[in-house]
Amino acid sequence: MSEKLTEEMLTALPDSRGHFGAFGGRFVSETLMDSLMTLEREYLRLKKDPEFQATFDQDLADYVGRPSPLYFAERLTRETGGAQIWLKREDLNHTGAHKVNNTIGQALLASFLGKKRIIAETGAGQHGVATATVCARLGLECHVFMGAEDVQRQSLNVYRMKLLGAEVHSVESGSRTLKDAMNEAMRDWVTNVDDTFYIIGTVAGPHPYPLLVRDFQAVIGRETRRQSLEKTGKLPDALVACVGGGSNAIGMFYPFLTDESVQLYGVEAGGHGIGTGEHAAPLCAGRPGVLHGNRTYLMEDEHGQIAGTHSVSAGLDYPGVGPEHSWLKDIGRANYVSVTDDEALEAFRMLTLVEGIMPALESAHAVAYAVKLAATMDKDQMIVINLSGRGDKDIHTIAQLDGIEL
Amino acid sequence: MSRIEGVLQTLRSQGRKALIPFITAGDPHPDETVGLMHTMVDAGVDIIELGVPFSDPMADGPVIQLASERALKQGTTLRRVLAMVSEFRQSNDTTPVVLMGYLNPIEAMGYEAFADAAIEAGVDGVLTVDLPPEEADKVAPLFAQRGLDPIFLLAPTTTDERIRAISGHSSGYVYYVSFNGVTGAARINVEEVAARVAHIHELTALPVGVGFGIRDAETAAAVGQVSDGVIVGSVLVDTIARNQADIEALKLALTDLLNPMREALDSLAS
Repeated sequence: MSEKLTEEMLTALPDSRGHFGAFGGRFVSETLMDSLMTLEREYLRLKKDPEFQATFDQDLADYVGRPSPLYFAERLTRETGGAQIWLKREDLNHTGAHKVNNTIGQALLASFLGKKRIIAETGAGQHGVATATVCARLGLECHVFMGAEDVQRQSLNVYRMKLLGAEVHSVESGSRTLKDAMNEAMRDWVTNVDDTFYIIGTVAGPHPYPLLVRDFQAVIGRETRRQSLEKTGKLPDALVACVGGGSNAIGMFYPFLTDESVQLYGVEAGGHGIGTGEHAAPLCAGRPGVLHGNRTYLMEDEHGQIAGTHSVSAGLDYPGVGPEHSWLKDIGRANYVSVTDDEALEAFRMLTLVEGIMPALESAHAVAYAVKLAATMDKDQMIVINLSGRGDKDIHTIAQLDGIEL
Repeated sequence: MSRIEGVLQTLRSQGRKALIPFITAGDPHPDETVGLMHTMVDAGVDIIELGVPFSDPMADGPVIQLASERALKQGTTLRRVLAMVSEFRQSNDTTPVVLMGYLNPIEAMGYEAFADAAIEAGVDGVLTVDLPPEEADKVAPLFAQRGLDPIFLLAPTTTDERIRAISGHSSGYVYYVSFNGVTGAARINVEEVAARVAHIHELTALPVGVGFGIRDAETAAAVGQVSDGVIVGSVLVDTIARNQADIEALKLALTDLLNPMREALDSLAS
């Protein structure tokens, strides 16, 4: 029941209060409202400011190393025996993931707003590293909030952040993962709102965050569109990206939303399997609710309490999702599916052995689904996987599963 | 006139200030909450704010976070909180009760079902921390139709334009958050609060309750001097945490905390 999207419809979203249809909005305590409204006003102004955009583009080119390549995974395609599989190599960005596109943009915003103290939440640590990195470059004070469980399973990234001069706050409350890190970052923000800029790492949170993070990440899809036309003379038939909060997926999808022929697949973390309840797949198995400043699909119990989540991948271990994805699901423009921990781990090994590319466990979810999807498609069709990050940070997790002490 | 308006008007005519305690419903156990409410009424409180526990209390400091965790662990749900209010109403139909919490449990129950059940139970007002008036356009009319007072927050960062707009959406009272921060932090600056509340009084006729950072008779009196009421939360919730094993001792401790606050506030009466 997909409805035809037009440019006009897209530019009207989100509305002036940050809504994507029934989703999004600004659900925060009063203390933060003024800051959010100032941020929205300034961002909408800077979005049209050539100097701001030129600085952003130059940083993406010279500091991040963009454009990232669109790579034809020839052996993977042969092994799969279906559609051509291409990889958008966000893993080759500086700091090893797509996250830096957004932190560059938001740190630039912080500078324009004159804020010297930066806070961020992180799950896998990629956003924390990307934030610490831009803070080091700009000489900004950086505090990263990270769930205690994630501090353990992503110790390499914790150390990287410390080397970059950030202070890492281990969060012991609640389920000690990404959602609790976000709660704690909000508490810090409400306390230090006068001098602090909160760099949210995904397309969730109160308006205008879902909007501005999407805009900063949309470079992924714009490049993919151009590269695809250059290299193959046509648009891809399908795009596949993993979805935790959904920033790499929306960045890939957004420039293709009006291209009806391009199928969009967001891959959530199926954990031990949707049927077990131990997963992190709100779009596949949740329902709409309000958390962290926006209305969106959530994993919650019948009483509206947020449910615990599970994923082998810390970056996907989150009970909510960006509101624009909720909207894309409801209008039927994007398909949201899930793969299990085991399938993602298998895809990690497959891509590593067949292409010599080690994906982040988050991105391995997209690889796992794309391989299944490719097998059902024709050989002249084309799939692009957003390879959102590299797997170095996950070596410890993989080794542990193999029973190897590093 | 709502029960909240009635109580605040009577106090105002007597030159007295409202003492408004906050406790988390279901902490330390759902069976004890109604007894604690009666204890607080006996200690002289005017309005009770009853916290509805939520798994992700983003605006709360550690004391109320832990209270929410304890309450949820004991099976507290929004429906059960409403049942507590019903039970309280069996022997008290004068003390207003305001439910304070986060939006998602209300979303999960459904706005209309919640509004019906709340008024049926004897709830007087609803304060949803993460629901600014901009997002309340669906739920606020449902409250108004049933005579539930929607109570919104004002903060040190709230602009004059918003103070006017928010007051226009509120009834009963407005809740001024005394500092930028989470509940339970010790950051209150009485002089700043006095200046802000005086300014808010110029912009709205609604009574102004002040919360966050009030922990003893001295701060209660200082803030009472410049506002229409004081809201006391974390210090009570902390007392509950420390006495959770002995309910009778807990009731005495709550009384010992509230009595001096009541006396200090009443000593301000002109």
